[in-house]
Formats: sequence, structure tokens, C-alpha cells
Amino acid sequence: MFNFILLILIYTAIFALMAIGQNLITGYVGLLSLTQAGFFAIGSYVTAILSVTYGWNFWLTVPMAALISSFFGLLIGLPTLRLKGDYLAIATLGFGEIVRNILNNWDSLTNGPMGIQRIPMISLFGIQISPYKKWGFLVLVWIFVLVAYFLFDRLAKSRLGRALEAIREDEIAASSMGINVTRYKVWAFILGAAVAGVAGSLQAEFILSVTPGAFTFMVSIMVLCMVVLGGMGNFKAVILGAFIIQFISYFPQLVGLSNVIPPQFKQILFGLILVVMMIWRPQGILGREKRSAPRRLFRSGGDV
Amino acid sequence: MSKLLDIDSISVSYGSIKALREVSLHVNEGEIVCLIGANGAGKSTLLKAIVALEPITHGSIAYQGQMIAQIDENGAKKKFGVPIRRSKGLSSNLRTDEIAGRGVALVPEGRRVFADMTVEENLDMGAFLVRDDELIARKKEEMYDFFPILGARRKQKTRSLSGGEQQMLAIARALMSSPRLLLLDEPGLGLAPLIIQDIFEKIHIINREDKVTVFLVEQNASIALKASNRGYVMENGVIVLSDFSTNLLENEKVRAAYLGDS
Repeated sequence: MFNFILLILIYTAIFALMAIGQNLITGYVGLLSLTQAGFFAIGSYVTAILSVTYGWNFWLTVPMAALISSFFGLLIGLPTLRLKGDYLAIATLGFGEIVRNILNNWDSLTNGPMGIQRIPMISLFGIQISPYKKWGFLVLVWIFVLVAYFLFDRLAKSRLGRALEAIREDEIAASSMGINVTRYKVWAFILGAAVAGVAGSLQAEFILSVTPGAFTFMVSIMVLCMVVLGGMGNFKAVILGAFIIQFISYFPQLVGLSNVIPPQFKQILFGLILVVMMIWRPQGILGREKRSAPRRLFRSGGDV
Repeated sequence: MSKLLDIDSISVSYGSIKALREVSLHVNEGEIVCLIGANGAGKSTLLKAIVALEPITHGSIAYQGQMIAQIDENGAKKKFGVPIRRSKGLSSNLRTDEIAGRGVALVPEGRRVFADMTVEENLDMGAFLVRDDELIARKKEEMYDFFPILGARRKQKTRSLSGGEQQMLAIARALMSSPRLLLLDEPGLGLAPLIIQDIFEKIHIINREDKVTVFLVEQNASIALKASNRGYVMENGVIVLSDFSTNLLENEKVRAAYLGDS
């Protein structure tokens, strides 16, 4: 039971990373993109392939996962970001499915539907961080979440963040203020993809294997739910959202009712949550983070 | 007087509909120039074309003597049925944000203030390209002095402002970047006559004291002509008249069509 809670908390962290990326794209720029599953898959496979086939150290595969994911973020971002709303959602949904199909069929690289097994465990200064000892892994993944949180939160409060918010509120006004709308949108996409790639690396190390079946579009939907539930435009809130969604999705197992409640129940619940939130609390549980009084006024000359 | 903005026979199309047909006009340094015309005449389209929010299909636009948009003589090159803007030589067509960076500030139609931001944050956004914090703080204070109502509401969410206040904010936001050319799209739209008068007085002060050149588009012909040095009249995407504003105010056709005299 206790171990099970640790497992949920580890998955919370992995999904929180993706939710942080999604928040930059959806919460700040206001783009309804459903790509996180695709970048998550790419990150997982980069770590799996590099460490199993090429014997790379995990710590080297993480930046590669981020890099390759963000490259695909750029690739998918440039043509699709001129789309809006549901059109963007459909196009990006397609991207996730393409990634999954390629992973399923590119046998020589990905070993097809069987996936890649026996991924070497992470070691740090000679200490092995094994997914079987959940405490250690838990600390590791939450350190990743904290680092991502601080980086993204800081970024969102910088010039970049202000530009993204202006774009969300009014693209025409934003571009008349001198904001290069396309460039900032693509940046948000790249950064969101990078952090999802890192989440993928951690997922591969936690399961110690990767299979294409783990990266269905439900992953993207779950991540979107986390952002909507927690509160768009608030990084603390989306971590809370990740926590709640993960607990809900493991609830039947947690209370020992998994043979009574079918696993599909969580999809019903996610749908219900989205509907309920949209009607009664569209800003999410915590809501958008209040911009503190302009930081630049209080900033001393030398800072940043 | 030198030409700050020189528009040379530009056309803009929405699909098969020609919104502008070879329109030429110019704005001299230091002037207030107005463009009047009925609803749907193409006035807003012209402003959008200047800041590259609408691609031109013919002609060229020069700002400070440099081309900012240009189509070669053969007209628009069509590729996949979409008009592609062509650049000639070194003078590539600038993007909206690049044009803003050169000192052209647009107060867009319908104001388009950032509704979820406070007044102060809106002004901060207006100074997006300004990197000097002290200058931004000083500019903001200037704006609060110039528009006292904005100073009183600086911490208020913009959506709670009245139409006139939002219009003032939109102008103040545009001025934050210390532009050389201010483009105003129907600054009087939907406002009470007293407030319109107030806004046009401000525009006058901006022009006289800050040496900002102003090009404004307005349906309300009488106030626009009274506030400007020169005026153009547009009908169905074509400039039909251009003269000093005082002359246009006396012009019989203008009086009949736009000033309500019969």
C-alpha cells in the first residue's frame, strides 16, 4: 500500500514535468496543443535506444532527449502554430499518433511493438538509483520537477513570459508592440517539448523498458486535464493538478476495488472533471497566478 | 518637409475582393493627416497594410525613405493560389514587429487593450522593445500625467475601464515606445462626443509637443478634418480626394457626403 502511494507520487512527478511544459503552451500562450504524448515518447525512446543500443550513461541521454524532443517541437511547431483552437488540437493530435505508429513499425530502431527492454539503471556518483527502491527514485524525479518548476516559473516572469501572455490576450496588439509572435510561440513549443522529453527519459528509467503502447493520446489528454484542473498559467497549480489526476486514475487500485471498478472509469472521470471545471471554475483550482507588481521597478540595477 | 511615410499605389485583396486598389498617399514629418471614408471603404485595411498585418499585392510602402514593403512590377506572385509577398533586392518586406521596432505605433481598431492585464501592465507591454527600465518608469509617469484617469486606475484590470478610458490607454500604450509615427484607427469609435473631443485634443498635443507624426483614420469626418492638416477621402478602396483639411471642410462633395450638409 505504502509502496503504491510512492509509485503514484513518482508518476505524479513524471506527469508534472509534462504538465509544466503544457502550461507554458496552453496556460501562457493559450494554444490548445496535444503533443505532450509524442514528445514524451520521443524522450523515452531516446534514452532507451542510446543507453541500450549505444551504452550511453543516463545523464547524457537526458539532454539528448530534451534536445531531440525540442527539435521535433520546432519541426511540428513551425507549420502548425498558425492554426488556432481546435484546428491546432487536431493537427497536434495527429503528430502524437504519427510518433506512436513510427515507433510501432520502425523495427530496426525501436524493436516494434515489443519495445526495448533491460534499460540500465541510473547511477549517480556510484550509487544506483533503482526503481525498485522507490524512495530514492522519488527524490530523484521530484528534484527534476523542482528544477523544471524554478526554470519555467522564472522564464514565465521574464520578458519571454510577458510576450507569451500578450500573444494569448491579443496577437494583433502584441505584434504591434514589437513582439515577434511566431518566434515566441515556437519557443514555447520548443521548451514545452524539451521538458516532456526529459519526463520521457525518467519514465524509461522507471519502467526499465519502453513500448509504444504506453504513449497513447490519453497521455496528452491527461496532461491537458492536469493543467486545466490545477489552473492555467500557474506552475504550482499544474503540479497540484498532476497529483490529483494521478490519484484519481489509480484510485480503484488504491482502495482495492480494481476488480469492481473498470479501468475505463478514469476516462469517464477525466471527462467529467473537464466539464465540471469548465462550468464552475474555468480558471482551475488555484487559478492563474497573479502577476506581482512589475518586477522591473523593484529591481536594482545589476540584477539580471 | 520630408515624407515620413510614402505609400505608392498599393493594393490589398481579400480573396477575390479588392479592398484597396492602387492607393497612393504620403504623410510628411510632423503632420497630422487623416483618412476619411464610409464604413467598408478600406480605411482600416490601409492601416493594416502599413504595419504588414495585411499583405499588399501591388505597389510599395516606404518609411523614412526605406522600403518596408514592396511587390515587383509583375504584381503578386501566386503560389498555390496564395499571394506571396516578394522582396526585391535588399529591401525585404518587414514583419509587423519589425515595423513597430522602427518607430511606427498602431492604435488598432477596437482598441485591443490587454483586457486581463492592469493599466500599468498594458503600458509595460507597450514598452516591450524598450530595454531601459528607468526610461520605461519615466514614460509611465509621463503617461499618468498626460492621462490622469489612467494614473488613478493604474492597478485596475483593463476590462473594468470604460470605452473612453480604454481608448486613452491604447494611445498611451502606443506612445510608450516613443514612436515617430502614430497610426490611429477610428479613435472616436463608439465614444461620447465630449470624450472624442478630449481624445482629439490629446492627439493634437502629442503631435505638437512630442513631435509625433500622426496618421489617423476616422469615420467622423468633421472632427477628423478639424484636427488634421491634410486629409484624404476614400471610397471603395480608392482615394477620391486629397487636399488640405480646411479646403476639404469647405468642399461641397465632402460636405454633402460626410458632413451631413444637404
